[in-house]
Amino acid sequence: MAQLAVNIGALSLKNPVMTASGTFGYGYEFADFVDLNRLGGFIVKGTTLRPREGNDYPRMAETTGGMLNCVGLQNKGVDYFCRHIYPRLVDYDTNVLVNVSGSSPEDYAACAERIAALEHIPAIELNISCPNVRDGGMAFGVTTEGAASVVKAVRKAYHKTLIVKLSPNVTSITDIARAVEAEGADAVSLINTLMGMSVDIERRQSRLSIGTGGLSGPCVNPVALRMVWQVAKAVHIPIVGLGGICTAEDAIEFLMCGATAVEIGTANFLDPAVTMKVIDGINAWCDAHGVEDIHDIIGALHD
Amino acid sequence: MKKYVSRLPIVGKTFLRADYVVLALHVEANLLREIRPGQFVQLKAEHTSSVFLRRPISIHFVDVEREQMWLLIHIIGEGTEALAQCEVGQTLDCLFPLGNGFTMPAQAGRQMLLIGGGVGLAPMLGYGAALAAQGHTVTFLLGGRRDVDILQYDEFCKYGEVCITTEYGSMGERGFVTQHTVLAQRRFDHIAACGPKPMMVAVARYAAAHDIDCEVSLENMMACGLGACLCCVEHTVKGNVCVCTEGPVFNIKQLNWQL
Repeated sequence: MAQLAVNIGALSLKNPVMTASGTFGYGYEFADFVDLNRLGGFIVKGTTLRPREGNDYPRMAETTGGMLNCVGLQNKGVDYFCRHIYPRLVDYDTNVLVNVSGSSPEDYAACAERIAALEHIPAIELNISCPNVRDGGMAFGVTTEGAASVVKAVRKAYHKTLIVKLSPNVTSITDIARAVEAEGADAVSLINTLMGMSVDIERRQSRLSIGTGGLSGPCVNPVALRMVWQVAKAVHIPIVGLGGICTAEDAIEFLMCGATAVEIGTANFLDPAVTMKVIDGINAWCDAHGVEDIHDIIGALHD
Repeated sequence: MKKYVSRLPIVGKTFLRADYVVLALHVEANLLREIRPGQFVQLKAEHTSSVFLRRPISIHFVDVEREQMWLLIHIIGEGTEALAQCEVGQTLDCLFPLGNGFTMPAQAGRQMLLIGGGVGLAPMLGYGAALAAQGHTVTFLLGGRRDVDILQYDEFCKYGEVCITTEYGSMGERGFVTQHTVLAQRRFDHIAACGPKPMMVAVARYAAAHDIDCEVSLENMMACGLGACLCCVEHTVKGNVCVCTEGPVFNIKQLNWQL
């Protein structure tokens, strides 16, 4: 058994495997299939200051090796989360993180401040990269100034571990990563979904209610891996890698490219027990390759 | 109710038509007893690279004695085609049981009308059997375009009277399910419907106009089946809710349909 524990800022993970926001509900939806306590952590879905109904149906289209979604941050708001959902999460022996979204730096900060008061939430992931909401998220994530302004506002209000989730829908993700690092982010996670589209040619209509959506699943994996590799060379803070991870081997690729931890997203839809298999697989791979500490493979890509 | 993800052996396979197949999966009796009529499963289509997500399939019938769960699959694309190519002796990766299921009436001896159109007749067999076993009077009303669309006629006959409409009159009465004469002849306490959306809306309108309690089973496109992805939402009086967990069965009073 290799030593799998890693740290992201002040956050200690028993292994590098977490779940991605929006793909794992509030954790308990998966409790029949997964021993949640075995996870490095799980990130509950995008939470905003006020409730959001999300976009109209249809919100999903299957693609080759992946899917598009335009859910649009449907959630009941941070107050509902604190009152009704958080109490159900406090007894897990793992890190429960909240993904925080908003439509202005003040919104983000106010939401983060509420979450900061929750003792058993040791970190947040700041979503500055949701492609499915016109007034929120990605607008900030696509410019260095926008990303910096949100992180700056949240950093003042939030003193626990702050992970910033980056959009791949940018010209230079390394510039954005450097900008959020400069404002005090403890880590970055990448990538959020890639903006995409799918058309029903019989109806001459997009398959998604708002026209476009975010692409996820194995098809985005090479893009995500490349971006993690680039960002790892550009910043000094830890990186959480995600994008189409389905197997232990996929996860190890991200670790080798410089990710300290990974998130598993869309794969949870295909196999609700996938996270357990990835953790076991990383362990087995390390044993088979004489790797005693997971840190020995983090960023260990040969030139 | 606990959910499972496991590989279930295929123990029976019957083509009802070139594009409709019934797969019988072996499931232990104690698990079958937990399944409610109207629930569904998510099947993984394997041995195909072009199908990504699981396919939601409603549970057609549960045979506790023989330890079988029947799934009626309409072959309409690569996913269902791949599922239909699986043979007896192979196993299927199955996530089950999902969703809420139909309501079993609290009062005894109810008059139940179960309406199914196309592949939407699938859950009505199991529901009808469960209702009949509890002593309710079941009338099935099955609708299709032509006679070949009326599937499992003999199976339905085991649990109640079977009324039929076809659009061209090749079997049963000519027209749509809401035009069948049985509606005028009998007073029903509850109606359940599953089928194409226009059919369910028509049934819901009829039920609302006649003040009959009515449930419909929706089949919005979904990814996870567990209430996590929020893709399959239906707009209801409670806002957008997941069809996979809050449904697929909804009382029409919960829906924001224009009735």
